[in-house]
Parts: sequence; structure tokens; C-alpha cells
Amino acid sequence: MFPIWPEQAATGARDVDNIVIALVLMALFFIFAVAGPILYFSFKYRRSNPVNRFQSGRRTWPIEIVWTVIPLVIAIGFFTVAASTYFRQRHPPADAMEIHVIGKQWMWKIQHPQGKREINELHLPEGAPVKLLMTSQDVIHSFYIPAFRVKQDVLPGRYTSMWMVPNKPGVYHLFCTQYCGTGHAQMSGKVVVLSKADYQKWLTSGDQSESPVMEGARLFRQFGCSGCHAGSRVVRAPDLAGLYGSVVPLEGGKTTVADEQYLRDSILLPNSQIVAGYEPVMPSFQGRISEDQLMALIAYLKSLGADGGGGSNQTLSYSDERGTIPKPEDTPRGGMK
Amino acid sequence: MSTPEANRGYLEENTLRSWLLTRDHKRIGLLYLFSILVFFAIAAVAAGLIRLELLSPRGELIRPEMYNRLFTLHGVLMVWFFLIPSIPSVLGNFILPLMLGARDLAFPRLNLLSWYLFIVGGLLAVWAILGGGVDTGWTFYTPYSTTYANGQVVTMVAGIFVAGFSSILTGLNFIVTTHKLRAPGLTWFRLPIFVWSLYSTSVILVLATPVLAMVLTLVAIERLWGVGIFDPALGGDPILFQHLFWFYSHPAVYVMILPGMGVVSELIPCFARKRLFGYPFVAGASVAIAVFGFLVWGHHMFVSSQSPYAGMVFSFLSYIVAIPSAIKVFNWTATLYKGSIALDTPMLYALGFIGLFTVGGLTGLFLAALAVDVHVTHTYFVVAHFHYIMVGGMVLAFMGGLHYWWPKITGRMYPEQLGRLAAIVTFIGFNLTFFPQFVLGYLGMPRRYSMYPQEFQFYHVLSTAGASILGVGYIMPVFYFIWSLKRGVHAGPNPWSATGLEWTTPSPPPVENFETPPVVTEGPYNYPQPAAPPPVPPPGTSGE
Repeated sequence: MFPIWPEQAATGARDVDNIVIALVLMALFFIFAVAGPILYFSFKYRRSNPVNRFQSGRRTWPIEIVWTVIPLVIAIGFFTVAASTYFRQRHPPADAMEIHVIGKQWMWKIQHPQGKREINELHLPEGAPVKLLMTSQDVIHSFYIPAFRVKQDVLPGRYTSMWMVPNKPGVYHLFCTQYCGTGHAQMSGKVVVLSKADYQKWLTSGDQSESPVMEGARLFRQFGCSGCHAGSRVVRAPDLAGLYGSVVPLEGGKTTVADEQYLRDSILLPNSQIVAGYEPVMPSFQGRISEDQLMALIAYLKSLGADGGGGSNQTLSYSDERGTIPKPEDTPRGGMK
Repeated sequence: MSTPEANRGYLEENTLRSWLLTRDHKRIGLLYLFSILVFFAIAAVAAGLIRLELLSPRGELIRPEMYNRLFTLHGVLMVWFFLIPSIPSVLGNFILPLMLGARDLAFPRLNLLSWYLFIVGGLLAVWAILGGGVDTGWTFYTPYSTTYANGQVVTMVAGIFVAGFSSILTGLNFIVTTHKLRAPGLTWFRLPIFVWSLYSTSVILVLATPVLAMVLTLVAIERLWGVGIFDPALGGDPILFQHLFWFYSHPAVYVMILPGMGVVSELIPCFARKRLFGYPFVAGASVAIAVFGFLVWGHHMFVSSQSPYAGMVFSFLSYIVAIPSAIKVFNWTATLYKGSIALDTPMLYALGFIGLFTVGGLTGLFLAALAVDVHVTHTYFVVAHFHYIMVGGMVLAFMGGLHYWWPKITGRMYPEQLGRLAAIVTFIGFNLTFFPQFVLGYLGMPRRYSMYPQEFQFYHVLSTAGASILGVGYIMPVFYFIWSLKRGVHAGPNPWSATGLEWTTPSPPPVENFETPPVVTEGPYNYPQPAAPPPVPPPGTSGE
């Protein structure tokens, strides 16, 4: 037959559905409050019906106030509930597993933190918060999983993210919902929610590739980043350990938070934000590095902070376990340039 | 002012030259009527093909490239070449000077220029369609439209750009006319609500359309020369386009509904034989909608990566803008109370408008709710919502107004029974077409898909069935209107016994509109009220 309500397969889905049920009830109330009198008056006061049509000259502003204030109160109520739910939707917990998503005409490329890659399919473990870090190689796409009630546009040149906690194993639709050209309707796939054990089993099955962090570490040397940002430096460049999430002082007195977007812009458009106290000498890597590589490099830079930074902006200790870059020397902390 | 010519009906001279060089607002209104119906027909055929394609989940009828061109064509023509000019440029052009007791609009030549600009814009759009089409959607989102799309994007945006100037000039003309050409005694609070809503619409057209012209120019420049305004690889921002586009296009939604509200505010009092309940509230609501309509554009962008805090502000304001619409609906309904109601064709359209607009408005509250919008935006829920406003609202109001003023325009009555039948067929067909789309959208069916998962097919079949009924509802009036031109009963100056200056002059009106300039001594909708002891004034009469 035909479905009348979408499946709920993530913890946030119920919150959205509850608001919608309340909205439907509210809408039904107002539809009856309008259509009922229209039908009743049209019948009772039809022209051929000789009823009393006399109206006394009562003032009308009290009823105008009533039917202005009641909808206003209802509207503000719905705004508040929906906005607070949205606010929770927008802020992932710190321990969320990060999966990389790259949209391109017309497919979704996905990479798990362990390195496993897939296309137009997204395997997720049940019961764990997952954050998708997303970007596009070409036009704007939108990543939509109806069963989770989540959607986020995926933009070129910018990172967007969304998160969810899948809570029901099964196979669900994945759609691109921002019109992206000829193959838009085929840019869909499936989301497979597995039990945690099955997810682990799935991760280790089939083709394996190196994790984004490992790949990023390799790229850090391959693109020559380590030449200036680590080791025996040719030029003086900011240190990158613990950078992610810190506040970076910029030339000209402003500051910015070193998020994924900042790291990305610093690699592709290095002169747009110069770290205070450094020369604008970094070359742009625009056109030389793919979106996948960029995400891997950023994952690596983030791991530097997470592994050794201890959360403090001032800490300069490195973890050497990956053997990627030597200990830093005495250089001021800052962003990358 | 009364000349011998004034007694000649405006339709009497019938050379091609007399039509193409006319400065008579009534004739220009008819030129618009004919042209927008041509565009409507093209766009409706595109919609029919879209619905046929969606009968099957695998999209076997037309290729995706063609499907994408069809929905773009449907959107562009319906929005800019039918809905926006529909009531203002056709009915407004014809009726506004008559309602004001004026001889013509303030700038008759400018009015003719508006029509020519509209036609040039329309021809450019048609040329773009014939020359390969455009597959960007009517929203022209960057960087797809600027960098990736094939087809005649520049020609198409040039067409919309030119047609935009038609809107601006019409708006300007209406504003000046309303300020300067009101008959003696016709104070602001004696104006029919239709004039208030045309005035609010005109303000929006004049303020918002230049932003559209600017952003479309940027799209063309970017496409031709790759400057990088919207290209992230060059440091540009594709989201900037969305802000600029919706800064125009959201107010434009109100351009597509305010005039409809104005028409309904004329029809309800006439066919209920009552003064409009809460006149100052209904008039004020039009102005409030025009003002708040400029502050809600961001609600189209809740999932675009816009800051969540900006999202909250836009969500809140979107709830606020719903209130004046609700006030209007309640006042129309209250007008019916103790009226003397005749369910003639225009009234059926008006009551249908109230019902469908209410559904459209209430589902707008779903979309304004942030957490819910995340799920339903970009889906058929949005498609259903705006068709309830645009078709259920504006098209029904346009049809209601066209039937109501048809005797004034042509001097003949349309066949009443057929008219009622067409109104009912339209109402049923419309609901069957678009109601299932709310369910489809909530289930997750994305818009602009030429193929879809099997489980959605049931609702698509319902929708296509409804569209064929709706098509019948649209075609019937074409036939009986044409029939009525020769065979319809002579209407006389005031077949509805309606109030309003337009009904005090012969049908069709003389070239000069009024044989003697009218003088106004009372408020609008002054229908005779049933006498009863003790004689006290009826309520809702604050419009004096």
C-alpha cells in the first residue's frame, strides 16, 4: 500500500514529529474555526432565507483584539518550541564520530574515520552520535535523510555539518534535495543503520583505505607543508599543534576561531586571513589539492590538537606516535601562514 | 471634462493601431489579460507534462534534461509572466482608475510602456525556451546557474530583468494615481480595500524589484565573464545570491497574494450585502504584510548554512507576518454573519480563496517552525504550500475578480450556472492535485525529481488525476467567456447591485470612464442594512 507517516529512525525524529502533530491539531482547529462559520453562514443567511439579519451596533474592536492576540500567542509558542529543538539539532556533542561527506554532480562520496570509503551509501552504527562534515566539489547539494528528519545544504568552498543518533537498524532513503542539474533525481542512495557490532564488522570488510588522519599526515609532507610549519623551517610559519578550536589573532587586530572553515581557507586562500606577526608568504593550494585531500589534511591538523594540545591554547606538546613531524621549536602560537 | 467622445464605449474603435498605441488603461488591461493568458497556457502545459511524467516512478516519459527545463519554464512563466502581473496589471489596470473616479492612470504613456516592456521580457523568455531552454529552476541558484548550467540562462534573466521594469513602472503609476487622482470626497479611509492592497503591492514592486534586477544582472555578469561574485574558488559566496534573490522573492510572494486579498475584500461584501467587517484592520493588515514581508527572506535559507541565530530571527518574524493574514481571514468570515448571501460564481471563488489561503497560510507555519522546516524544506511540502497560496489563493481570486468585473469589462454577463460549475470543478481539482503533495513532502519526497521511489507513486497518481480535473476547471471559462462576448445577456451598469464608483458608469465604460466626474460622500461597501427597531447604525462601520 502507501505510507502515511515516515519512519522514525533517529532520536531527533520524534521531537520533530511531536511538533508537527501539534501543528496539525492547531491547523485543524483554525480550519474548522474558519470553514465552519463560512459554511454555516452561507447556508443560514442565504439570500432566499427570511431570517433576522438585524445587528445591534456593538463595538467590534474587542473581537479584533481577541482574534489578533490568540493567534499571536499560539505563534510565539510554536516558534519557541521549534527554535529550541532546532538549536539542539545544530549543536553536535563533542564525542560525535566524524564522517566526511563530499557531494559532486551526481554522487555522494563518504569516508569513515577508520578510512573506509563508500559511495551513495552511508553505514551508521546504532545508538552513537555521528557528525557529518560535508562539502561540495561543484554546486550546492543538500544531504537529506527523511527517516532522521535531518537535512543540510552542502556547499562548495565551505564546510557544513549535521549530526544525528540513529536508533533503529534498517535501510533508509538518502536524497539530494538541492537542485543540482541533470542527474539531481539520481543523486540519491541509502542509509544503512547497523548494530554497533555489525558496524565494526562492516568497517573491516571489503576494501580498506588509510584513515583520513593518516592520509593527512602523509599529505602534510607530500605537499611540503612540513617544510615551513614543522621541522627545520625554511621560512618562519605558525605552528599548527593545538591550533584547531583555538582563537587566532589576525593581522589588523581581529581574531578568529580556527575551525574547519578557517583551516580550509588558510590552505586555499592564504592571504585572506594573515596571522598576526607573520609575513603573507604562504602559497595558495587552490587547484592543487582535491576536496578529499583537503578534508584529510584538516582531519590530521585537528588530530594534532586533540592528541597533544590538552585543550589549552598555550600548550605546545606534540604526540609523536604517528611519526609525522618532529617536535616544534620556539615559535609563537598562531594560525598557519 | 465631459466631451462628446465620452459617451463612446472604450471598445468601439477596433483597428490594430487603436489597440497597440492605446493609452486607455482599460485597453491596456485587456492587452495584459490576453498576454498573461498566453503565458499561463504555456506554463500550464509544462505543468501538465510534469504531472504526466510523475505518474511513473521511473520517469519514462521525458528525459531528465527535458524535465528540468519544464519545471524551470513553468516556474519562470507562472511567477513573472502570470502571477505577478495577473491581478495588478489586468484587473488593477482596468479597475483602479474607475474605483478612484479618475479618467485614467496618472501616466497613461508609461502604462503602455509597461506593457511593451512586459512583452519584450516575455519574448526574451520564450526565445530562451526555444533556443534550448534553461534548467536552473526559477530560483537560479548559484553556482549552478552561473558556472555549471547549460542553456540560455543569460537570455532568460534578461527577459525577467526587462519584465521587472514593467513591474516597477506599473507600481509607480499606481502609487501616484492613488495619491493624486482620487475623486473629490474619496478620502483614504473611504477607499475600497482593493485600492489599499494595490497600493501595498505597488510599494513592494517599487522597492523590491530593483534588487531582483541587480541580482539577475550579477548572475549574467558572472556567467559571461566569470568575475567570481558567487564563485567560492575566487573568494565569492554562492549564499550571497540566495540572500539577494529572496530579498526580492519573498516580498514578491506578497505581490502574488495581496491583490488577491484585495479582490476578495470586494467580493465578500458585495455578495453578502454587508459592509466589510473591520475595515481599518483589513486595510492596515495589507500595509503590515507589505512591511513585514521585507523582513522574512531568510526563512527560505534555514538549511543553507545561515547562522542559527539569524534563522531564529527570521523564524520569529515569519510567525509575526502570519498574524495580519489571520486578521484578514477572520474579518472576511465575520462579514458573512447576518449577511444576505448569494453564492454566485465570484462568491464561490472568494469563499474557495478563503479556505485554500487558510490552508496555505497554516502550512506556512509548519515551514516557519525551524526544526520542522529542516525536514520539510526542499520537499513537496513546500511545493504544496506555495501552490495553496499561489493557485488556491491568487488564481482563485483572479478568477473571482475576472467573473465579477467581466460584465463591467465587456458589457455582457457570462453564463452563471457554467461559471459556478467551473468554480466547483477548480476547487475540487485543485485540492486533489495539491493536498496529496503535503503528505508526499512529509514522507520525504524531494522536489524537482523526475523519478522517485516506488512508495510515493500512489500520491503522485492522485495529484496527476487532480491536475486533469483542475485543467477542466481552467478551460471551461475560456469557452464561456468567449461565448459571452457575443451571446451574453447585456449587463447594464451594475448587474450585482454593488457599491463602488466603477459600477456607477455604463458597461463597458466610456473612453473617459465617467460622463461627469463623480463625487464621493460615503464610505465603501455601504450596502443597505436591514432595518430594525431601534434604528442604530450597524457595526463595523469605522470606515467613514
